[in-house]
Amino acid sequence: MFSQFILSLITVIFIGGAAGYLGSLMLTKRMALIGGPLGHLALPGAALALLYHFNIFWGALGTIVIGAVIIWLLEIKTKLPMEALTGLVFAAGVALSFLILPVSQAEEALIGDISKISLIDTILAVILGIIVFLIIKKIYSKMILSGISEDLAKVEGVNVKKYNLIYLASIALIVALEVKIVGGLLTVAMLVIPASASNNFGRTLSYYSFGALAIGIISAIFGLLLFKLTGFSAGPLIILSSTFIFLISLIFKKR
Amino acid sequence: MPENSILKVKNLNVELDDEKIIENLSFKVKEREIFTILGPNGAGKTTLFRALLGLISYQGEISWTSPESLKIGYLPERLSRSKFKEIPISVKEFFKFKESSDEKILRMLKLVGLENPKILEKDPGNLSSGQFQRMLIGWSLIGNPQVLFFDEPTAGIDIGGEETIYSLLHKFWEERNLTILLITHDLNIVYKYSTNVLCLNKKAICSGLPKEILTPENLEKLYGTEIKFYEHTH
Repeated sequence: MFSQFILSLITVIFIGGAAGYLGSLMLTKRMALIGGPLGHLALPGAALALLYHFNIFWGALGTIVIGAVIIWLLEIKTKLPMEALTGLVFAAGVALSFLILPVSQAEEALIGDISKISLIDTILAVILGIIVFLIIKKIYSKMILSGISEDLAKVEGVNVKKYNLIYLASIALIVALEVKIVGGLLTVAMLVIPASASNNFGRTLSYYSFGALAIGIISAIFGLLLFKLTGFSAGPLIILSSTFIFLISLIFKKR
Repeated sequence: MPENSILKVKNLNVELDDEKIIENLSFKVKEREIFTILGPNGAGKTTLFRALLGLISYQGEISWTSPESLKIGYLPERLSRSKFKEIPISVKEFFKFKESSDEKILRMLKLVGLENPKILEKDPGNLSSGQFQRMLIGWSLIGNPQVLFFDEPTAGIDIGGEETIYSLLHKFWEERNLTILLITHDLNIVYKYSTNVLCLNKKAICSGLPKEILTPENLEKLYGTEIKFYEHTH
């Protein structure tokens, strides 16, 4: 049987890498911050999971998907910026979760609990992490082009609506996976910080995107080692590790 | 010049936010034309382009001959350098969206006057406005399109740069089997290069050869104010 530490390590590596890579795309589309509200949307699901003793991942994913679908439909209908719509939808989620969340279990839902990672969680993290990575790799350039000009992308034959949906689904999956490690409050950090740091290091798209993936993995490993050494919560330590890498990256910033 | 029309538009109507932008517009574009759309701000020129490109919904008929094999190059209005500054991307990576061969990318950049191979690694957001516009023109031309849609390709470029860009476009037009649809405000350019002009202000105000229709009367009708245009005879 794997030790708890090895399970945790594998889990954070795959989620950290996939989140960093996905976050690099979100940053270019000025959508990085929606990872936060989506994490908050996961809270009612996580609360239900804790109450009824099922895996937090499924609870989180359930409420995120419902929220994301509402956001997607509203975007088509209203043409309002997606960030505004996300903000609109997530507030209801947060309010709802604070109504049903037992105070004794609030911490696990809010900042995650790595010691509760099971073999199933690790398998999910590995499989879904790889799937999201491959999907995002495939649509990356098309999404970037549609970020530069949606009209241009459409003329080049990119089905912008379809790709937006795939992209949002990937975000939902990754955020739901993250809830177990960093909780519903900190999901945005695993998406934004590695990409922001990588943006300071690299000036081409490939350096930037794979840099974000690498920084996501490195900070996950670093954070977990600090957790092992200090006994503080792993989630916040992972986030602080990536923040530290971001600070180092400022020295390299060329633009 | 072959007389086959490549595009037929019949009774086109476009409404955006319950406002009629284009009303009962009909025209034809022949193969190998430089077809200019002239009109004041808000006349519906860009909207017309977007309808022709299938980017917005419309009523009426837009028919291309052989739409399945039609390759289009598009240079949208207001594609700004600042958009590129937000994304860490090199010129080469921007061209890779359309063309995988480095050699072809370099050849195209040379054709549009960006000779230094170092340009490949540069950030499009850091090019000068003239270089940036040349790069965009190269991007729209790569992959041998048959039809080009250029929406004010020289907006924000000084007079000298504008002239170079248009003579460059004209050179491409002469060398390749290209049909160009062009939106511009520059009457000199229209006069010098266009083979056909459509004056648009929601409806078609006038259309025909530039020499025949660029009269003070027509321009006043189109812009609602007196326009002094001096025809240059060389």
